[in-house]
Amino acid sequence: MTTTPTPGPNVVVPAADEGAPRTERKLTRLEKRAIATKGRLSSPWASGIAIVIAILWTIPSLGLLITSFRPESDIRRTGWWTVLTGNADLTMDNYNEALYGNSNDLATFFVNSFVITLPAVLIPITLALLAAYAFAWIKFPGRNFLFVAVFSLQVVPLQIALVPLLSDYVNWNVNGSYWTVWLSHSIFALPLAIFLLHNFMKDIPPSLVEAARVDGAGHVKIFFRVLFPLLVPAIASFGIFQFLWVWNDLLVGLTFADPKYQPLTVAIAEMAGSRGGDWYLLSAGAFISMIVPLVVFLALQRYFVRGMLAGAVKG
Amino acid sequence: MTRRTTTARRRMMAVAAGGAGLALVLAACSDPDGEGGAADETTSAGGMIDCAPYEEFGDIDGKEVDVYTSIVDPEGATQQASYDAFEECTGVTVNYEASREFEAQLLVRLQAGNAPDIAYLPQPGLLNTIASDFPDAIKPAPTQVAANVDEFFNETWKGYGTVDGTFYAAPLGANAKSFVWYSPSMFSDAGYEVPTTWTALMDLTEKIHQDTGGQVWCAGVESGDATGWPGTDWIEDMVLRTAGPDVYQQWYTHEIPFDDPQILEAWEAAGQILQNPDYVNAGLGGVDSIATKSWTDAGNGILDQQCWMHRAANFYMTQWPEGTEVSESGDVFAFYLPTDQTDVQPMLGGGEFVTAFADRPEVQAFQTYLSSADWANEKAKATPAGGWVSANNGLDPANLATEFDQYVAGVLSDPNTVVAFDASDLMPGEVGAGTFWRAIVEWLTGSSAEEVTAQVENNWP
Repeated sequence: MTTTPTPGPNVVVPAADEGAPRTERKLTRLEKRAIATKGRLSSPWASGIAIVIAILWTIPSLGLLITSFRPESDIRRTGWWTVLTGNADLTMDNYNEALYGNSNDLATFFVNSFVITLPAVLIPITLALLAAYAFAWIKFPGRNFLFVAVFSLQVVPLQIALVPLLSDYVNWNVNGSYWTVWLSHSIFALPLAIFLLHNFMKDIPPSLVEAARVDGAGHVKIFFRVLFPLLVPAIASFGIFQFLWVWNDLLVGLTFADPKYQPLTVAIAEMAGSRGGDWYLLSAGAFISMIVPLVVFLALQRYFVRGMLAGAVKG
Repeated sequence: MTRRTTTARRRMMAVAAGGAGLALVLAACSDPDGEGGAADETTSAGGMIDCAPYEEFGDIDGKEVDVYTSIVDPEGATQQASYDAFEECTGVTVNYEASREFEAQLLVRLQAGNAPDIAYLPQPGLLNTIASDFPDAIKPAPTQVAANVDEFFNETWKGYGTVDGTFYAAPLGANAKSFVWYSPSMFSDAGYEVPTTWTALMDLTEKIHQDTGGQVWCAGVESGDATGWPGTDWIEDMVLRTAGPDVYQQWYTHEIPFDDPQILEAWEAAGQILQNPDYVNAGLGGVDSIATKSWTDAGNGILDQQCWMHRAANFYMTQWPEGTEVSESGDVFAFYLPTDQTDVQPMLGGGEFVTAFADRPEVQAFQTYLSSADWANEKAKATPAGGWVSANNGLDPANLATEFDQYVAGVLSDPNTVVAFDASDLMPGEVGAGTFWRAIVEWLTGSSAEEVTAQVENNWP
């Protein structure tokens, strides 16, 4: 690449000092690209397209939200857009029915969902941080092989592990409790968690770790004092991922939890009734269950974007 | 002892029933006169049922039975309420668990060795699968249950619960599917009579079309991931009427091919209505709108006076919007889907079967209760909104909550009625819950009956 004889910059660059100008040139190119991208993104056309996409993406959710406030007979007869014509009544009946109707006492299931979700987020993050640190900064024989093995576990669909896992739980006499749900979620989350956190950790300049080591810090101190503060965005972004995944999970909760421990998603799935006739309640149920992830996402989205970008640029 | 009528959560009821059982025991103990104690026990159980049949199972007070079913609320609540009498009699607690994913989850639990004590299988086909795949898990029905079934049920029902000569499962509830919903007032205002033969039905359809110039029937087969099943019922009803119950049996056992000419004739008969743009889809669009219209809402056109007739099962009764009066003088009612046959009156049916995966005494006692006439009557009383019947001939029609349920029970117990179980539930799962459904959708969206039936036949496992 450097051999292309473009006059100008090549002449100015002194041949002796190759390292510095290379970075400089690279930076300029990056900057140029950044400027060009910025220009492209802020053009009115791009903004227009972005807005159109945003609207298209939001319309179904908006429709669902409106539907959830419409009376049953209207939901069954006409589409939600008839509300836009003006003559439509709105009601809280669906929410009432979903929250308190017959034995669907959703409050219990809300608590269950929290009790399931919090440990199912904390356990894999804790384990994955330790594993990722070892994979990134401790040299041991077979490290690469093990890492590839963990990484490749991601392609195993969790569905095929359901029955063997369940029969193990039954044999160990732990089936049906919260423990099995936490354990299962952790098992299914760990490969991706280790992979993501490992990549973030690997991106931290080695000099930082080496400096700490020279100063006499052990693994524990390096982990907590040096790496952990730098990893907060990564942990938060994976935390959101895992939270959303566990909160919205139906399969694991349905298979491993006893009825009294089942999460909100299971209760909402049952709302439609034996023959699916009460499907009009599902829109209200969906929004009840959506509130929590929405709050979590809005509260942590700063980290989410930062964490994603860090991964995207460096990884 | 107060009789709890609330449909509160199971646990509360279980506690109450357990408490009641305990109180009974205490009452019996404190009574110096043994005779009086026994009499006291029967009366204080609410005077509901005779507890004697459960005494031979020994001391089962305080034991628990886990039931796993596909019947979720609101029907689930009435199921649970119907167990109160048994719980008060025996002191057994029935833990009720229901899931819409029942059919998949039950097999998962069986494979993992985590079977429930009792499961209500909605299809004899599933019972066959389980009996052949999990012979160690499934338990034959106890003799008391077999005796009850012999006494209270038609032989064909016992046959559906039998695999290779072993009787496993007693029938629970029953569905009757050969009904046509209509508006009695629309019919009487226009001067139409309820037809009693298939020919009369087709004549009436043509007459309504001529008189009004509009479409007559409404239909819908959309049902989420089971889209198509309401259409399979149409075809099955037609096979029963054009080819007869014997051919019907050869059809689902695959003695004759799925695309046999006699079966194709049934598709054509159904097509006279379902594929005729003059007759369908009233108020909803063209023929292809049947495939996309939700089956739960398809009949609503009758209330709007846009649709004249809608073929659907008896459980469609619970799908009408709140406030709809279902009676012969009300907003909607149903008549038997007529036939030109004179010797038989085929009725397409369905039902659940009580299958046990444990043989502890309390489980067998509960099985016995479920197969008894007592249970059928308790269930009828516990279902004030109606929409439920049983093929149990010990069921007193007077206990059924609605006029329509009584009418259904009447048709079911008519000596000319031949109950034919839903064929798609008896065919292998790949067909009955797969290719047959898809064939319906393709047939309604433009493919010919020959094409779609040949496709099903070629993919028969």
